Amino acid sequence: MAVEGAVALVVDAAIVLVALLNLLCGYRVVKGPTVPDRVVALDAIATNVVAIAVLFAIKTDRGLFVTVSLVLAIIAFLSTVAVAKFVTEGDIIVTQD
Amino acid sequence: MAELEALRTVLVVGFVVVGAFFLTVGTIGLLRLPNVYNRMHATSKPATIGTVSVFLAGFAYFGPGGAGLPSLIGIVFLFLTVPTGAHMISRAAERTGVPFLGSVTWPGKSDDE
Repeated sequence: MAVEGAVALVVDAAIVLVALLNLLCGYRVVKGPTVPDRVVALDAIATNVVAIAVLFAIKTDRGLFVTVSLVLAIIAFLSTVAVAKFVTEGDIIVTQD
Repeated sequence: MAELEALRTVLVVGFVVVGAFFLTVGTIGLLRLPNVYNRMHATSKPATIGTVSVFLAGFAYFGPGGAGLPSLIGIVFLFLTVPTGAHMISRAAERTGVPFLGSVTWPGKSDDE
């Protein structure tokens, strides 16, 4: 069941706006001069996608998608930390010698 | 109940508008600022506030009984993880030798070496 009235209008507009913002972040991913630039842009895209998942939960009136947004946030954090470790150390899991 | 419905509508619309505004500010900062560190400043603070505002809209919409509590957990999770991730990326950028702007230096540089 869909929501009605002003909420539906505003949430639809916000979903379209945040999707366009994701496109603009993609410019930084493609163009960005250094590797950390691309990682930061991908992190911003992940944050925007979390917001889109919550907006979609409001739009469709299904609370399940809030949990989906939590999982997306966890994946975004893990990938950010993994790429940062990889850029720094050249490896993700570093053993203590 | 009509008053409650109206209040919920106002809260959801207000939080979604504020969240979309802050997400826009974060993306403009990501595109326009000159340096990795400055861009990270733009994406870690305004984008987080925007997403937290959208989460608050979800909490106002679903209420405390159903999917509202995962929204609050999402807020706590974002406040914990986004600064940690930004810190790790900035450290990686400094280690790989991304230059700073002007007279900026890495804090505690003389202690590290």
